[in-house]
Amino acid sequence: MPNRFVFSITYEAIMSDSVTKPRPQFRNLGLKDLLFGIKQPPAAQASILHRISGALLFLALPVVLVPLFAQSVQSPDTFASMQAWVANPLCKLVLLVLMWGYFHHFCAGIRYLTLDLHMGVDREASQRSGAVVIGVALVLTVIFGLKLFGAW
Amino acid sequence: MGHERIGRRRLVVGAHYGTRDFIVQRATAVIMAVYTLILVLYAVFVPQLDFESWRAFFTFTVGTLPLGQLLATLAFLSLAWHAWIGVRDIWMDYAHSDGLRLFLQVLTALWLVAAVVFFGQVLWSL
Repeated sequence: MPNRFVFSITYEAIMSDSVTKPRPQFRNLGLKDLLFGIKQPPAAQASILHRISGALLFLALPVVLVPLFAQSVQSPDTFASMQAWVANPLCKLVLLVLMWGYFHHFCAGIRYLTLDLHMGVDREASQRSGAVVIGVALVLTVIFGLKLFGAW
Repeated sequence: MGHERIGRRRLVVGAHYGTRDFIVQRATAVIMAVYTLILVLYAVFVPQLDFESWRAFFTFTVGTLPLGQLLATLAFLSLAWHAWIGVRDIWMDYAHSDGLRLFLQVLTALWLVAAVVFFGQVLWSL
């Protein structure tokens, strides 16, 4: 069965004169090329990370997030056991990833809402906002990650 | 929603599932974003963030109206509906066999319904 992920992009040399370096050509891109072969522009990176972070949060919902919420509100005892659970470094790592997921999904979602309102849709602005989204999510993750690991 | 003619004859109509999901995805996103910001503001400005004040955010009442529980329920239902559309889009993009896609979508629905019931049971027994 043919790989349905496969698609083709051809970069044509737009200016026929003064082109000395041959333009790169990618044909029949597979997953490996997408991950390691070509560098995605910031907007594309923000987009795929939006999808990955959303999937992560979806998977974590009934197995991590709702159980944690339940423990945090049911009684002082369960609140304490929730705190003990969160104190475990491995659990902190899980929470760190989920925090990044939430921050990225939140920021990228705001970006999509502004794009829907036709704000910043030209190429330069949308690439810039894509990079900003990735950066802001990482900065927020570092700030709250330091809090999570007790640095402040 | 206007009907558009493509070429001379082709009249494109539909049940507008796509439009509805597009709107729902964004409306639920705004609801969750607002709820998140309110929760963050509360966590920042409440004098002492501990078990009592944390719980109170989800259990406060206005008269006999359980507003904290109602708002949390609305936010969580928004989350579930939003996640349903998003995850279903992922399966539609990557799972091309009808059987596999149906299986994954059913699994997704069960996963989300389980989360909603679990959350609702916890929240409304506070």
